Amino acid sequence: MRSLRQLKGLARNFVLLAVAILPVQFAASAEHAAPAKKFLVPPPPFSPGIFPCSQCHQGMPVNRTPRKLEMMHQDIALKHMQDGWCFDCHNPDNRDKLRLTNGKLVSFDESYNLCGQCHGTILREWKAGLHGKRTGMWNGEKQYLLCVHCHWPHDPVFKPLTPMPPPVRPADIK
Amino acid sequence: MPMPEDTKKVKNMNRRTFIQGTALGLAGMTVSIDHAHASFWDAFFQKHFREMNDSEIQKVISRIEKECEEKYKKTISIGNEKPLSGVQFGYGLDLSRCIGCRRCVYACVEENNQSLDPQIHWISVLRFRKGEKWIDLENSEKYYNPEKVPEKEFFYMPVQCQQCENPPCVRACPTQATWKEPDGIVVIDYNWCIGCRYCMAACPYGARRFNWAAPNRPPEKINPKTHYLGNRPRYKGVVEKCTFCIQRTRNGRYPACVEICPVGARKFGNLLDPNSEIRYAIEHKRVFRLKEDLNTYPKFYYFFAYGR
Repeated sequence: MRSLRQLKGLARNFVLLAVAILPVQFAASAEHAAPAKKFLVPPPPFSPGIFPCSQCHQGMPVNRTPRKLEMMHQDIALKHMQDGWCFDCHNPDNRDKLRLTNGKLVSFDESYNLCGQCHGTILREWKAGLHGKRTGMWNGEKQYLLCVHCHWPHDPVFKPLTPMPPPVRPADIK
Repeated sequence: MPMPEDTKKVKNMNRRTFIQGTALGLAGMTVSIDHAHASFWDAFFQKHFREMNDSEIQKVISRIEKECEEKYKKTISIGNEKPLSGVQFGYGLDLSRCIGCRRCVYACVEENNQSLDPQIHWISVLRFRKGEKWIDLENSEKYYNPEKVPEKEFFYMPVQCQQCENPPCVRACPTQATWKEPDGIVVIDYNWCIGCRYCMAACPYGARRFNWAAPNRPPEKINPKTHYLGNRPRYKGVVEKCTFCIQRTRNGRYPACVEICPVGARKFGNLLDPNSEIRYAIEHKRVFRLKEDLNTYPKFYYFFAYGR
């Protein structure tokens, strides 16, 4: 027969196991239930007059063949993904939304979720406030910039800037 | 031992001359009390900032505000926001992202009313060639001027006041005109500074600047929202430095250099708040502090976000 002490030990082990497992399950279910945190962002940098996209695209047939655009959007040279095409990110049925690879639609001011599908580590750091710029209050409401405020999404390498003038050399001080 | 007669004479004469001089000086003072501006004597007898109570500080501030208004013909408000409790300011700078565009330098000048001529910059952006020994700060280039930045073979490192936990400048100051505030900001009382520049000699980061001439800034370019210990107009012959934009950060705002940075390389927050950006950087990135071997414990953390 097992001694009382052994029984107690068993019970304790069981409780410890339950304590270890339960939060994982709760966390997993909470991830689906809780709505994703919204980040305060300025309006996306659309070219003036271009949004909503549906004002032109409404009723236009969807053409999924990759080709050179000649009627509109000629300035877009897609240099983001190899063999990419508009509908990798833009939603063909409702052009005013973007589309994740899992079919979920996201609005333009939540486009970070779209970018984060491939750039997950950067999205994580963006949410933590490390990647990209924060303005607002350091101890309160912060404004985040969208990825597309700094990176032109069709050719996202950060463009070089003209530097501000160098300081006056001591020899040049009159 | 009796002194030789002539030495005694000289001594007595000297003493007499001294007393005569003092009397004359005192007489001169009484004369000029009538003629001099009353605020001159208020400024002359102003106490050390930390020995004044709130009403005395307020009196000093309104006097200086009046002086500024006379000088610049513009209303300038001088704040005296106190340090927030439970706050230690910390700064982060991502060197893998900085492109050396110097936007921060000029945003700082605008915000903090630095002199335009002679030019004073609180931030220096140093340029280093990739792959070379680069911590050799004396051989860095700060006058670089290419068409576009970033340049392929270089990287950039902005340096400003590191707000040391153990600041050598504070120890060097003979008049205690500079000190460390409870939120970690090293400040200067420009009315107490005698311009000896010992602090500049003591600072290992070259972060302090001296006004060799009267600071020159047109009134329309003066930022009227100031702080007594921060960006209020300075005088000729005083030392000045970065204060983490004390007038902004004590009101919860980010420093001007953080807000201007086009690549978001600059991070700012409360070191005691585990959810702040700066804490995230310290906990997840390899950070380093400049000249760590000097035990100054800067609250300015450099890091490389890529390749951790």
